[in-house]
Amino acid sequence: MGGAASSLNRHAELVSASTLQSVPSVREEEWTLKQVQGDGTKGGELLRITLASETDIAGWRDKARALLAAEVAPDRVIWDVEGRAATGDLLAQGDGAIPPPMPGAKLRIAKELLTTIETALLHRDEERFALAYDIVFRAQRQPKLHRNPADSGIKRLNAYAKSVRRDIHKMHAFVRFRKVGEQAARERFVAWFEPDHHITEAVAPFFRNRFTGMDWLIVTPEASIAWDGKALATGPGGSRADVPGEDAVEGEWRAYYGHIFNPARLKMDAMRAEMPVKYWKNLPEAELIAPLARSSAGRTQQMLEEKKAPGLFVGETQIEAKPEFGSLEELYEAMAKADLPRKGFSDRFIPGAGPVGAPLFFVGEQPGDVEDQEGRAFVGPAGQLLDTALEKAGIDRDRAFVTNAVKRFRFQQRGKRRIHQTPTAGEIDMHRWWLDQERLLVEPKVIVALGSSAARALAGKPLKIAQWRGQPLDYAGDAKLVVTVHPSFLLRLPDEEGKRIEREKFVRDLELARELAA
Amino acid sequence: MAVLSRSEKLAILADAAKYDASCTSSGSVKRNSLKSGGIGSTTGMGICHSYAPDGRCISLLKILMTNYCMFDCHYCINRTSSNVRRATFTVQEVVDLTLDFYKRNYIEGLFLSSGIIRSPDWTMEQLVEVARKLRVEHKFGGYIHLKTIPEADPDLMTEAGRYADRLSINIELPDDRAIAAYAPEKSGKRIRKTMATLGHRIGEAKVERKANRKAPLFAPGGHSTQMIVGADPSNDAKILTTSSGLYGSYGLKRVYYSAFSPIPDASSRLPVAAPPLIREHRLYQADWLLRFYGFTVGEILEGGEGGHLDLAIDPKLAWALKNRGGFPVDLNRADRETLLRVPGLGTKGIGKILSARRFGALRLGDLERLVQSVRKILPFVTLADWHPGGRLDSLSLRARLTPPAEQMELF
Repeated sequence: MGGAASSLNRHAELVSASTLQSVPSVREEEWTLKQVQGDGTKGGELLRITLASETDIAGWRDKARALLAAEVAPDRVIWDVEGRAATGDLLAQGDGAIPPPMPGAKLRIAKELLTTIETALLHRDEERFALAYDIVFRAQRQPKLHRNPADSGIKRLNAYAKSVRRDIHKMHAFVRFRKVGEQAARERFVAWFEPDHHITEAVAPFFRNRFTGMDWLIVTPEASIAWDGKALATGPGGSRADVPGEDAVEGEWRAYYGHIFNPARLKMDAMRAEMPVKYWKNLPEAELIAPLARSSAGRTQQMLEEKKAPGLFVGETQIEAKPEFGSLEELYEAMAKADLPRKGFSDRFIPGAGPVGAPLFFVGEQPGDVEDQEGRAFVGPAGQLLDTALEKAGIDRDRAFVTNAVKRFRFQQRGKRRIHQTPTAGEIDMHRWWLDQERLLVEPKVIVALGSSAARALAGKPLKIAQWRGQPLDYAGDAKLVVTVHPSFLLRLPDEEGKRIEREKFVRDLELARELAA
Repeated sequence: MAVLSRSEKLAILADAAKYDASCTSSGSVKRNSLKSGGIGSTTGMGICHSYAPDGRCISLLKILMTNYCMFDCHYCINRTSSNVRRATFTVQEVVDLTLDFYKRNYIEGLFLSSGIIRSPDWTMEQLVEVARKLRVEHKFGGYIHLKTIPEADPDLMTEAGRYADRLSINIELPDDRAIAAYAPEKSGKRIRKTMATLGHRIGEAKVERKANRKAPLFAPGGHSTQMIVGADPSNDAKILTTSSGLYGSYGLKRVYYSAFSPIPDASSRLPVAAPPLIREHRLYQADWLLRFYGFTVGEILEGGEGGHLDLAIDPKLAWALKNRGGFPVDLNRADRETLLRVPGLGTKGIGKILSARRFGALRLGDLERLVQSVRKILPFVTLADWHPGGRLDSLSLRARLTPPAEQMELF
């Protein structure tokens, strides 16, 4: 170890010699350094300094201060730690007494340097105490030594400090608590972690400041730390077996981890750089990494190739289960408040009509002029036509709930007449959530979309009526969806023959709905 | 009809949130729970508690309140015409989930966003209520980022800022025409107006805090936005000009760029292609040059062609290759502003050079100790024992500094 320290010194001298030439005022210090080194090596005797533990930084400070005052050169000191396997020079048996301070010795060390040293001393490298002493020794002659990142000793010290800071940061990040119960209304958690360096005690304040409101214990191979709401405690190291094997929330955490990942952007190297494999064994989510990475290429490809034909299973995925309102009245009240009348719409809000639990749920487009005046859905000419058709199809009006995709009349004023205006796709879409709530409250077996506006509202995308009518489609909540035309379409047909054919088709669609609801 | 468990909802609503690039938890005030006896702290520096296989940091519980949405924005997986599974969390479920995850040290906090249901105000109220419950009822000291809804009442924004560390509004597309075409219910004007109000309030609260340390906080982590890259035909010039305008006018902390990823059940108006990850990466580099290196948008674009950045090399190198007249730079004498323009030198390396050269003239060996790699730097600088000679003007310089193509494919 003495050899290493003196080689550090020689190196420092070389660096100084090559860089100091242009600054005459500092050259004097260079001279002093050489003098001191001469003194140190002449003494010849090696000193063994033993520190109380691997994290005995206060001890190192005390000893280093005394050694500096006595101007003991770094290569005369062997640093050891209690309980470490005996190494080093046999010439330095037992603890060497530190010589008395030199007369008039003044010690100086920059605060900035001391902070770096205290961090670097938590590094696992056994030579760190010697390295730090070598630097403070040289710093007596070169007070700004630490500002020179090109000095190889400083570079190594900085690298150690950086590595320790990273280890601390990773411990802050990767400790995973598991709940072990509650005591006196405080939740209790335990974690197992394996740091690279001697940092366990150093991270304790972070966990106290963050998890003040719960009791916790963190066990590492070297030491353990605990908090009970009043004081931090440190104890001996332990093993993984000290920590329970599972926690109820870990399943949810894994679900989150699996779903927040975007399969189109696999970057395993970036991930491994920040979360090195050595940590994986203590991270509950790590078991998902390999399967997620394997399946990602396939998932992306699937999305790229997917055909966009409307599936037969419209609304299949609208699986929101519970209605958010206690009753239809509450729903309509909230809706009338949230859905304020817009330009071009009537002020009047027309709710759906019919019994809760009706097996058939008819959805039209929007209230018409008559509905707007009377305040009830499907009472105008189209409503009357629907009534007739329902009767023909054998459907009891009491078993049907009727409502509209949009709940206000949209019109254009022409003189005294109010001309119906089809709502835009955007307006229909804005009401979809409400319509879904309405359906959840009624809980129908069969939903009938009257016309393309209603079909869009129910399926969330345009559906061609001609393509999908006459066949039951699967809908959310195990219901069936039947699409057909809007009764007003039947009113608008010009010729009688066309009217007759279309009305029959319409009644057939309603019969299909009745059969499905049976 | 099956009732969804919390875990199933979490899967659906995390899936819905993953296209938001931001996951930072840094830059807010420092806080801890020692006094309150609650749970949570912020250190000023964010902590990534895990990393997903896409290399992205997992720092926050990033979820949607609901993925039902009235709006039909083409680029969005949650648009009303998309056929994805839908779910809605209750306020209490989000609060519990956040605390359960936080207490196990999985996360730094919550990033909450939502599809718009019932009305913009109602939706925003739900978001604010989650933040209020966490802060007030549970004494939660962790990080909270709320995605605000520009169409909601400004008073709700004020309330949100009281509890949240950061607020954001996504602009999504770089110009108003694109917004009108791809997000018919949104308006660029409205988004910018809300951003301006937000920036103004954040600035105001900071000034008040300086005068009076007990003045209430308002989103101390600032506000941010996100732009989608590659969904619409806008070029890099348009994107960077928009960013630069946003940084300048609204005091934004960050603009995030998100390469458009193919989404399930995509709208037919969108490109069907793998996400332009390299382009996203170059935009982030350009963004850095704008914010920390004193470059203007015009200068950055000089390095590319036709309003697009050079995808093969980084934007600073591209600029330097087209402006070789300003090089070589003497590393022993140049000021910080000039050093910032040297390819391969970052702000940290420059700091080290400035402090090391006080100890004497820097040589090649010194530079090697100060920076990660000298390969890209050497053709553009001189040192006590180094001059690039003809290398700087060599026609093959670009080719020699371009990384091999197979490394550019990030997956």
